Amino acid sequence: MASSGSPVNHTTGLPRRLDAVQLNSSSRDGQDQKNAMRVLVIEDDRETAQFLQKSLKENGHTADLAGDGEAGLALATDGAYDVLIVDRMLPLLDGLSVIKSLRAEGNRTPVLILSALGEVDDRVKGLRAGGDDYLTKPYAYSELLARVEALGRRTAPEEQQTRISVGDLVLDRLSHRVTRSGEHILLQPREYRLLEYLMQHAGQVVTRTMLLEHVWDYHFDPQTNVIDVHVSRLRAKIDKNFDKPLLHTVRGAGYTIRDGPT
Amino acid sequence: MTARLERVAKAASTTAFGLSAAAVAFFLLAAAIVVGFLFWQTNNLLTNQVLGVLTAEARIMASEMKAGGRPKLAETVSAMSRLQGAGLYYLSDENGVKIAGNLNRIPPELVENARGGVFNYQPAGEAGNAHAHLAVAIPVELGPEVRLIVGRDIEDQRAFADSIRVAFLLGFGILSVAGLIGGLAVSRLILNRMDAITATSRSIIDGDLTRRIPTSGGNGELDKLAGNLNEMLDRIEGLMSGLREVSDNIAHDLKTPINRLRNSAEAALRDPRGAEAYREGLERTIEKSDELIKTFNALLLIARLEAGPLEDSVETFDLGRFVEDVTELYMPAAEEAGFALSIEAEKGVCVRANRQLIGQAVANLIDNAIKYSRAGEPGSAITVRAYRQNGRPAFSVGDHGPGIAAEDRERALKRFVRLEASRTQPGTGLGLSLVAAVARLHHGEVRLEDNHPGLKVVVLLSGKCLTSVLPGGVSTPSDVAAGVAAQ
Repeated sequence: MASSGSPVNHTTGLPRRLDAVQLNSSSRDGQDQKNAMRVLVIEDDRETAQFLQKSLKENGHTADLAGDGEAGLALATDGAYDVLIVDRMLPLLDGLSVIKSLRAEGNRTPVLILSALGEVDDRVKGLRAGGDDYLTKPYAYSELLARVEALGRRTAPEEQQTRISVGDLVLDRLSHRVTRSGEHILLQPREYRLLEYLMQHAGQVVTRTMLLEHVWDYHFDPQTNVIDVHVSRLRAKIDKNFDKPLLHTVRGAGYTIRDGPT
Repeated sequence: MTARLERVAKAASTTAFGLSAAAVAFFLLAAAIVVGFLFWQTNNLLTNQVLGVLTAEARIMASEMKAGGRPKLAETVSAMSRLQGAGLYYLSDENGVKIAGNLNRIPPELVENARGGVFNYQPAGEAGNAHAHLAVAIPVELGPEVRLIVGRDIEDQRAFADSIRVAFLLGFGILSVAGLIGGLAVSRLILNRMDAITATSRSIIDGDLTRRIPTSGGNGELDKLAGNLNEMLDRIEGLMSGLREVSDNIAHDLKTPINRLRNSAEAALRDPRGAEAYREGLERTIEKSDELIKTFNALLLIARLEAGPLEDSVETFDLGRFVEDVTELYMPAAEEAGFALSIEAEKGVCVRANRQLIGQAVANLIDNAIKYSRAGEPGSAITVRAYRQNGRPAFSVGDHGPGIAAEDRERALKRFVRLEASRTQPGTGLGLSLVAAVARLHHGEVRLEDNHPGLKVVVLLSGKCLTSVLPGGVSTPSDVAAGVAAQ
């Protein structure tokens, strides 16, 4: 198992190599300009908040900070943010109440909940309160970034498309047919869903944990890296006989599917 | 003596005594109402009887008067007055001069009252005796020239009433005293038992968790209470020793890797190669802290599971389908690692559980099987099964690795226990105990069995679920019957 290579710990998504994170951020500078997001970070720990602000800025996004629940709610209500990052335990007004208030006002801004609380039913509570995604502390920045970017693009129209294409790879959601350069590619149901999720997030980094959560609907630690083998089997089907690879491994973070420079 | 008094005073101040005193008081009140009502009824009956006799006599007197006038009446009254009986008469003329009768005068109680009534009089024969008799009399209307009063001595009735009153008061007194004594005795009895419980809990509060409340071996409420409290104490003691064990283990198994983490950081700093060594050191640090976080997460999860049931995250699903699903996630990875992972899932095995935790348990077992058995050999087959055992949903993971010796099996389920044979493998040592915690949370159990050769881990879950509510599940009559029987 270890031989299959697992640069990321599955529970936390923490990268094992520092250079991987830097590589990841610098490799995306080209598209950051058009996909820049306005993020509000509601987090009472100053050091964490400033780290997030600085890191998000390095990735081309802008981040505002709020140190408590009330200030956060006020900012979130007024400002047009693309994504909110909300800590669960906050002074004055807790994170879940902030989200509930926003949802009650009809504010649908995607929310990523950060929590030190374990995942068993806290996750369920968080999502039930109106959160869109849930990340447990300690987390890897690359995991957070991938999730924030996925959330920021969630409202994009391509999600509703019946045909998704990346380069010459086309996925038809009505007939469940996948073709590349017009050639039909036969996929297992799980491989199809894996590819569908990757293509919905084309150009973005998708982490192993995100794949486990969205393609398999599993929210537990698989102990070993089981995702990589599934991805490499998918890659064998869609990339092997073609010159230009579309499915890329982003070291220390996850995978991305894109039609661009490797 | 004072100690005895104190004990009585203590018993008297107990809830049990208060309750029994209240019960006695209530009973006495009820008795008073019943006796009072009976008394009143009897008295009424007797009085009515007397009045009936008096009315009849009055009618006779009236007919005498009509027949012979006043002399005839006087004669009759005198004759009747002479009879030894309870009859009382008084006849006078219009001026109030007595003509005949055994009453000396019109009783003062009747002078005012024209309709008759009750009065006291001194019987003629017992002039020396100061004891006045009670009587009742009515005036008879016979015309203007005579005044006649007929009456009856009702001393017997009064005596009857008096004796009832005495009996009642005596009974009342005996009941009160007996009730209070009984109440005291009952509360002393309860107090003794309670004192035992209080004393035990006191010494437990003071730190002796091994103490238990004595039971009399009976089946009464107090024994049940004591039994339940003892069970609760067992649970608390278990939790406490678990906690102690965890802190000991944290001290040992977490401090060691933290120390290694620190060592490797220090070593990197001291390394003369500089930047390159620092980078390597930081990478190692992140890797090691990931391992620590993993251990920590597993520990927290176990602690959370052992703390009690999870709220609203339990759902009903097809165990076979789900276990098959999780196994399929592992299949490619297992295959690459040289294992033949296979699944035998019975369909329609319904379970009410936390899906993610069951998934975690299956994942841990498959991961363990891959870690602890050798790949590439004929013994590399790993079989995952989901089935029903005696109506209970169950799943198992069997490998053909070295297995666990029968005497080590119980120990293997404990936290942090890594049998000597596996010390060299990476891992937190929490995998199996997490599985055991998940099973316990679902009212189930984990069994380690011999897989001839190898290890087979069986997880039995609680069967509290109906197949018919499975989303999309096929429910055959036998499935439903098994589901019902499991309840």
